[in-house]
Amino acid sequence: MDSVELWISLGIPVVLIVVGKFVGASLERSHYRSIIEREARFRARPAISTKELDAPVPIQSASLAVGSVVVSVDHFKRFLSGFRMIFGGEIRSYSSLIDRARREAVLRMKESQPGADAFLNTRLETSTISSTAGNEGTGTIEVLAYGTAVHYDRRP
Amino acid sequence: MILTNIDSVPGRQIVQHYGLVQGSTIRAKHFGRDFAAGLKNIVGGELKGYTELLQESRAEATSRMVAQASELGANAVINVRFTTSSVAQGASEILAYGTAVLIE
Repeated sequence: MDSVELWISLGIPVVLIVVGKFVGASLERSHYRSIIEREARFRARPAISTKELDAPVPIQSASLAVGSVVVSVDHFKRFLSGFRMIFGGEIRSYSSLIDRARREAVLRMKESQPGADAFLNTRLETSTISSTAGNEGTGTIEVLAYGTAVHYDRRP
Repeated sequence: MILTNIDSVPGRQIVQHYGLVQGSTIRAKHFGRDFAAGLKNIVGGELKGYTELLQESRAEATSRMVAQASELGANAVINVRFTTSSVAQGASEILAYGTAVLIE
């Protein structure tokens, strides 16, 4: 009876870590493919972090564009980061997650204003989302991207 | 109502400043979403329920800020900023603030 309980208590976390590794890695790959494809499409409509354009272009209209995403790490990465906490150093598995989230948020900001020519003063803000399940909340973050979408004045 | 997060409204002249306006909301997650997010946590990736929740809250905070600005007689809010802070376990506050102005 005791050995069955032991197997269950050891087995569930191992299964979660293995599922997290394989499903999480394949989701990450497909997400990166989609990010790269969409970034290429929006390359002509840049998001810049300065308040003004280099070349003063007459601007017809301006409005606020916002994009946000909430992401969490998979169980495998959470497990790896636990080891990393012992030795210190960069947690690479988390870097890729946050990178994906930032790029996704910027893309959503651009997609919210499909006709805009440029996005001025783009700001990125990251915040941690707490969870009722205590420690489970670590690794869930929200990234918000916002900027001023401008339309150039093309009238002759 | 025109919103920008820079010091001006490009292509328009500012004729009057009305000062700071703000709007905020505090939202808690509800059980169903939390449960789904717990499952999604195993494989990682986007938690759509939370993304929507925060987007709704941000829209609410923005509309309160806009309501305050239009009460003052403004027709634009410049230098808009968003901040998020967690006030309690499972609840977060979203604040939007900016400067209400009158443009031509």
